[in-house]
Amino acid sequence: MKIAFQVNGKRTSVDVAPDTPLLWVLRDTLGMTGTKFGCGKALCGACTVHLNGMAVRSCQTQIGSVAGQKVTTIEGLGGNHRVQRAWMALDVPQCGYCQPGQMMSASALLAMNKNPSDQDIDAFMSGNICRCGTYPRIRAAIKAAAKMS
Amino acid sequence: MTNIVKNETRRDFLKVSGTVAGGLALGFYLPSGPRVAQADAGGGYASPNAWVRIGLDNTVTIMVARSEMGQDVYTSMPMLVAEELEVDMNKIKVEFAPPAEVYINALLGGQLTGGSTSVRDAWEKLRKAGASARMMLIAAAADDWGVDTGSCKAMDGVVTGPGGKRATYGSLAAKASQMEVPRDVPLKPASQFKVVGNVRQKRLDTPAKVRGTAQFGIDTRIPGMKYAAVRMPPMIGGKVASYDDSRAKNYPGVQAVVQYSRGIAVVADDYWTAKKAAATLDVRWDGGPNANLDMRGLWQGLEQASAQPGVVFREHGDTDAGMMEASKTITAEYRLPFVSHSPMEPMNTTADVRGDKATIITPTQFQQLIPHVVAGATGLKPEQVEVITTFLGGGFGRRVEVDYAIDAAEISKAAGMPVKMLWSREDDMTHDSYRPAGIYKFTAGLDSNGKLHALRFHSTSPSISSRLFPSVVKDGIDPFAVEGIDNFPYTADGGLRFTYQMHDTGVTVGYWRAVSHNLNAVTLESFIDELATAAGKDPIQYRIDMLDMGSTKHQWSGLSAGVPVGPRMKRALEEVRRKSKWGKKMAKGRGQGVAVMEGYNTVIAMVAEVTVSSAYDVQIDKITAVVDAGTLIHPDQALAQMQSCINYGQSACMWGEITVKNGAVEQDNFDVYRVARINEAPKELDIHFIKSDGVPGGLGEPGTPVVQPAIANAIFAATGKRPRTLPYTPENIRAS
Repeated sequence: MKIAFQVNGKRTSVDVAPDTPLLWVLRDTLGMTGTKFGCGKALCGACTVHLNGMAVRSCQTQIGSVAGQKVTTIEGLGGNHRVQRAWMALDVPQCGYCQPGQMMSASALLAMNKNPSDQDIDAFMSGNICRCGTYPRIRAAIKAAAKMS
Repeated sequence: MTNIVKNETRRDFLKVSGTVAGGLALGFYLPSGPRVAQADAGGGYASPNAWVRIGLDNTVTIMVARSEMGQDVYTSMPMLVAEELEVDMNKIKVEFAPPAEVYINALLGGQLTGGSTSVRDAWEKLRKAGASARMMLIAAAADDWGVDTGSCKAMDGVVTGPGGKRATYGSLAAKASQMEVPRDVPLKPASQFKVVGNVRQKRLDTPAKVRGTAQFGIDTRIPGMKYAAVRMPPMIGGKVASYDDSRAKNYPGVQAVVQYSRGIAVVADDYWTAKKAAATLDVRWDGGPNANLDMRGLWQGLEQASAQPGVVFREHGDTDAGMMEASKTITAEYRLPFVSHSPMEPMNTTADVRGDKATIITPTQFQQLIPHVVAGATGLKPEQVEVITTFLGGGFGRRVEVDYAIDAAEISKAAGMPVKMLWSREDDMTHDSYRPAGIYKFTAGLDSNGKLHALRFHSTSPSISSRLFPSVVKDGIDPFAVEGIDNFPYTADGGLRFTYQMHDTGVTVGYWRAVSHNLNAVTLESFIDELATAAGKDPIQYRIDMLDMGSTKHQWSGLSAGVPVGPRMKRALEEVRRKSKWGKKMAKGRGQGVAVMEGYNTVIAMVAEVTVSSAYDVQIDKITAVVDAGTLIHPDQALAQMQSCINYGQSACMWGEITVKNGAVEQDNFDVYRVARINEAPKELDIHFIKSDGVPGGLGEPGTPVVQPAIANAIFAATGKRPRTLPYTPENIRAS
């Protein structure tokens, strides 16, 4: 069954089972590997993407429910997004594996909260696990990004 | 050392892998290897040595022969080469090196990444590689120009000579690679460093990691590749008894269902199809020797083993007599659980096994071993196996194991197609090699002033090296079971007697960030705090007063300092006392705790500040750390590694616990295996590095153990409860 949707501003359609998670459509069907697999149960946030601007866990988002909607991935953040600039300025990543998900969550947070407090950051970002312990830099980078235009 | 692994069969991996690590913990250096100068067959570049490639277009590529798993070898190691090669760090390219003898880590005896050794092993070697290449480039230019090498200079990729002569590295590279390799390679004094110690240096892998283009193992795509999902026995050491794949085989998109040594794989057009089809397999498992294993029996086994005398690994004086002389005797028993590595990228490997060649693309810490074990598993020769190392989505010691590369190779061979085998999180967490559980018993005799007079220590735990590197295990002692206390830093004039009792529980154990420092130093530094309390002394001053200023390297301290560390510890403790405002007035339910350790030639003193609720929920308010890691190559990333170690240690000591029931690991995902999240990270990290021009110490691991007893001791200061069973959950604190 063909399912049509937008990825990073481009219309695309895939022919996969409608219960296939968006994560695997992005990674395997479309070859966009920036979005990562971490737990498969929406526990770690590595697979976070935007669906119509909202952060969602793509491992728990069935492609059938994405038909006709807009998906943004780390590749679509553009490379020059203020979150990415802040991440680079502070050298946030270590192994880097969780960081696409971290940045997709952070950019969604900043889109709805111009100046998040520590509590706001805790509440919004606690769904994204980092095993390397980049949390202090993630927090600092979100605050730095909030100050960028 | 030259013939790394002779035997090629999978079964014999266990036996022969010891030879890989013949140098492990012995600290020997290889003689300078054979000359590797070469030119690219296509004429695109030339290599004065194995670490430097200079393109005719002036591109300088520096080879990194260690695995990048977050710890920054992708930048810190090229910095060492660039310092002497005189090239701009922002213009170089970096590539991961293939397995080759020249890239062996002399501190470990193999091309593997671990033991916080990458920079320590590279410190002279890579600067010499850079300097040697620079000297050859200058020699080539001087020869072209008919001038003395002394009149030429190299800077920013260009050699300049008298009369405004100028030649780029690219134009000189081919000739330079044919020049004689200099024997005497002087290095810059620290005062002239421009690259080493640069506080503004950025990580070279950050842009790709921020754009999502960095290639981890899981991101591998090769032509014709299919996706494999697996079913492995849930029981440790279990096997497939029988299976019915009639549904899976007929699942749309499935290419093959194959049995391999460890389990059954479904190979399909995409991972989700493979995974769904694998779920339809009806498998009967043979539980194997551990089918009835549970925690009760497992701890009973450890307790019984702990009643054995064990083997002495450090002793001086007559400890029994020392105990008789003591005015007070304190005993304590600590228990540590199994914990998992759980890096964010689950285990995976892409394998393309053909009749006469195998390509293995994998996130590994041990690329050198893979050709040998894959050859053993596929019937190929090691030289027919190409290994490509990707970025690693975390390692922490898990990827020293090569099990998942063997599995992928077997699956590719059986399916007759290139496959990317990917484990689910559940596969990963239940098929880890866990940090060993164990029992740690202390008896201390204090003199009339409360000072430690005599100490007995008896640890009981599984040996990791007995499986992975049996040749380093001697007379019942695994050097990687006694770290963190073999270098005991205090004095006990009445005698010391430290013993180790090996005990296999049936659970597979593996090297886990900082390995046995997490066992011995965590319990030791908690126990020293108990002694300070018993003596009525301030925990920091108590430690300082007892430091052994003349301590020397003990025979088992393979990756430790090897020189007296008493003075370094004293300084770190004094500084952490000041920086942490030690002894400040704190509200009820709050407390400070200290710990100090030397590991990997790095000395760390930490003070934890915690708030403990009446229900014994612990919040970590602040960690103050003072670190003496010698010369810092990449200071900002030295800091990152301390931040990282603290996080990893916190997760382990606050929540980490793997349990087994009916032979199977019970925790399978992050809902039931808790790790630190951003809201649980310490509210404040205050990390200081002692300025030093000493040789670099390791940084990837040593902070991990230190934070744990610092937290335990802070919990005691806050509550009067001394948790001796980890993790420090409300239940374990309450029960203490």
